[in-house]
Amino acid sequence: MTTETMRDVHRATTRGITAYRGYRPPPGMISWALHRITGLGVLLFLLLHIVDIFLVNYGPDTFNELLFLYRHPVFRIGEIILVAGLYYHAANGVRIILIDFWPAAYRYERQLFYGVIAVFLAGFLPTAFLMIRAMLQAGGA
Amino acid sequence: MAAVRPHIGRERPSGGFELYSWYFFRVSGLLLIFLAIGHVVIMHVINTVDEIDWQFVADRWNSPFWRAYDWLMLFLALLHGLNGARLAVDDYIRPQGWRVLAHSILWTLAIVFLIIGSIAVLTFDPSRFETLAQAGG
Repeated sequence: MTTETMRDVHRATTRGITAYRGYRPPPGMISWALHRITGLGVLLFLLLHIVDIFLVNYGPDTFNELLFLYRHPVFRIGEIILVAGLYYHAANGVRIILIDFWPAAYRYERQLFYGVIAVFLAGFLPTAFLMIRAMLQAGGA
Repeated sequence: MAAVRPHIGRERPSGGFELYSWYFFRVSGLLLIFLAIGHVVIMHVINTVDEIDWQFVADRWNSPFWRAYDWLMLFLALLHGLNGARLAVDDYIRPQGWRVLAHSILWTLAIVFLIIGSIAVLTFDPSRFETLAQAGG
């Protein structure tokens, strides 16, 4: 945080007023906010998911009837967003653990955040592609 | 100046329940990377929601491995998630009474969902319904 502020002040004083481009949140703040939002989102889905899997005990008729929900396009798009949240939370969680157990990690704060974005995209883009393809195939059938 | 380490990330709690919670987040988080992402890949990439139905779950839970996998994931994800919600509650809810109420709700959710989730994963018996279907047909 301190490094961020110093860098901004430096820019502002050396380049004059054009250096002010409004408030830019530092990466630590963005990653923290996203971690919390995705965490709570995944938790909400988990609670719903426990309830729906509990219904297997009511037999094939009840359970299969409920599955129209999971096959509805709105729900399927919601699940792609869920996967995005889960993948981000996982990648950023690794960054948090690295910071906790690697004393020099603070020097690479920005690079670690870019690494999180890269790992997230590398996992999410193929998954989203396959989920969207399955959705379009089901829609066409 | 060089000796000053800029503080980034959440500070490690010094001891007690909060330190156990801190370690639990990290250990369960690492395990959940494999369990939860494995689950997503099996259910949405290898299979799709169009193939998954009651019979799919029945076949899958024939194997004790997948029941153990799913139960471990249930246990870790539920406690990891609700413990995270507890930290959010502590950040935003200041008055003591409301905080006690919010914590009580979270612990109640943990117990109730752990019970219904465990009933689903551990006690599900598909043969009960197959017999019914045969008797009916």
